[in-house]
Amino acid sequence: MALFDDTVRNQLKTILARMGDPVTMVFFSQEIECFTCRDTRSFIEEIASLNEKLKVQTYNLVTDKEKAAQHDIDKVPAILLLDGKGGDTGIRFYGIPGGYEINSFLNALLETSGKREPLPKAVAERIAAIDRDVHIQVFVSLGCPYCPNAVSTAHRLALENGKIRADMVETATFPHLAVKYNVSGVPKVVMNEKHDFTGAQPITTFLDVMEKL
Amino acid sequence: MEINLSAGLFTPEKNFLQFDESTVYDTVIVGGGPAGLTAAVYCMRKGLAAGIIIKDMGGQVAETAGIENYLGFRYVNGAELVDKFREQVLQFGIAFREGATVTSIQDGSVKRLVLDDGTSVSTRTVIIASGKSWRRLGVKGERELTGRGVAYCSTCDAPFFAGKDVAVVGGGNSGIESAIDLAKVASRVVLVQNLDSLTADRILVDRLGEYGNVEIIYGHGVTEILGEERVRGVSIRSVGTGETRNLEVQGIFIEIGLVPNSGFVKGLLEMNESGEIVVDSACATSRPGIFAAGDVTSVPFKQIIIAGGEGAKAALSAAEYILTQK
Ligand SMILES: Cc1cc2nc3c(=O)[nH]c(=O)nc-3n(C[C@H](O)[C@H](O)[C@H](O)COP(=O)(O)OP(=O)(O)OC[C@H]3O[C@@H](n4cnc5c(N)ncnc54)[C@H](O)[C@@H]3O)c2cc1C
Repeated sequence: MALFDDTVRNQLKTILARMGDPVTMVFFSQEIECFTCRDTRSFIEEIASLNEKLKVQTYNLVTDKEKAAQHDIDKVPAILLLDGKGGDTGIRFYGIPGGYEINSFLNALLETSGKREPLPKAVAERIAAIDRDVHIQVFVSLGCPYCPNAVSTAHRLALENGKIRADMVETATFPHLAVKYNVSGVPKVVMNEKHDFTGAQPITTFLDVMEKL
Repeated sequence: MEINLSAGLFTPEKNFLQFDESTVYDTVIVGGGPAGLTAAVYCMRKGLAAGIIIKDMGGQVAETAGIENYLGFRYVNGAELVDKFREQVLQFGIAFREGATVTSIQDGSVKRLVLDDGTSVSTRTVIIASGKSWRRLGVKGERELTGRGVAYCSTCDAPFFAGKDVAVVGGGNSGIESAIDLAKVASRVVLVQNLDSLTADRILVDRLGEYGNVEIIYGHGVTEILGEERVRGVSIRSVGTGETRNLEVQGIFIEIGLVPNSGFVKGLLEMNESGEIVVDSACATSRPGIFAAGDVTSVPFKQIIIAGGEGAKAALSAAEYILTQK
């Protein structure tokens, strides 16, 4: 069954028509014990059918262990994006990016394809200066209108600096992580397991925290 | 699957112009709600060299589910209306900055707006359309426990309170809507209202009445939010007797209305006791060349159509001011 109706499909097509370079969506799933994997797979496939610059690779978390390890994927469903040269962008979506997150997903596709709004010089310099490995997790719920902003900011940071990896984590799919990281408000941003803040903060707040890691 | 697509977010970037720090603009608009976006359209049609700085696109409209009193639409979803506004603005090559906040204005014949990312913008006139944001309670524990049980957005955060006891503060429309969202998942909802009745629309109050797990406490205000790592309760005080007692809850949703976003011009412009910028009927403030429009001003009644109309007026006033200065 189609996930998107014709109106949405056409809107998505128009948006994706602006893509520059090709983008590969790498999808990790698992046959059993993953009740949202099938929907996520249909989601990816439908999106991919809307523009020929979009490619899909599918792996299984269990049987393709090496591939999962190479990209540090530890849970499913997971989507990671590769740029036009096949390089890992550091962008990950854990859980289906439906609801409001469709916006951060499209934004990630466009930005990975090279369509990025320029950053102010001072901000770009601060991002370039980050020289430690940073792992950003952005916890979201799909009914949250502020969340895509936080996700897109984290993903932009990952795109700009190879040391940074940024995950969207959909809390309804991973309730145990919501408990583990004490999430009771979204968006919640956790950096390197220890530092966190809540709310859609500007990129400078992300940088303030990152520089203190 | 539900999809909340904001197609307007993805308008082609050829229409975005970057701010240039060495240019002196004719006018710069602060805010991207209905007032600011309408002002932008009028400024561009007047041929002004204009820019707009927007913290969050759409302002309050972006957070509104359904709108039924903006002419031309019998019903329109907030995000959809914002998309249409935005598209209409971006047909013009306006200098555009989203995600940045103006933190102060230095007055003079050329005014300088300072942004939170350290950049600044120079301009002959300013149109302040910074609207309103959710009011905080301002009690002990609120800031410390935000995201740890203190919440402001029920559509975002209600799921985290499944099976728990929660309080909602505020008996207006947003308080009742929030209580309804929570009643569906929480085990118990306590609504705390400082007045003796609810001020929300009848239809919402009736809908809340359908839930058996909601208790309403009238005539009480919240004085403190309790808890160290997480919320474990709230203190409430009776408005009548001054008596205080504690409620044991694991969460509190604060829905007590809005405050004007005028802090960044405090001391510069005349304001009323509610912190709204005082404007005359042409949207002029107490300083020449600085205009203001919409919810942030002293103009009574806060509605989309009113904010839009005021934004148009402020733009035309700014254009006229520039003509007389040249
Ligand atoms: C839940 C809800 C439902 C509503 N329903 C309706 C309705 O059905 N019909 C109706 O007519 N009205 C409705 N309203 C009221 C209506 O939304 C407002 O009157 C209107 O949005 C005011 O427009 P504005 O442009 O003045 O301000 P806002 O919409 O508040 O926009 C302010 C803008 O300024 C930005 N900003 C703030 N500070 C800064 C800064 N320092 N630097 C840069 N940018 C800044 C904000 O990010 C935002 O973009 C509703 C309001 C709410 C909250």
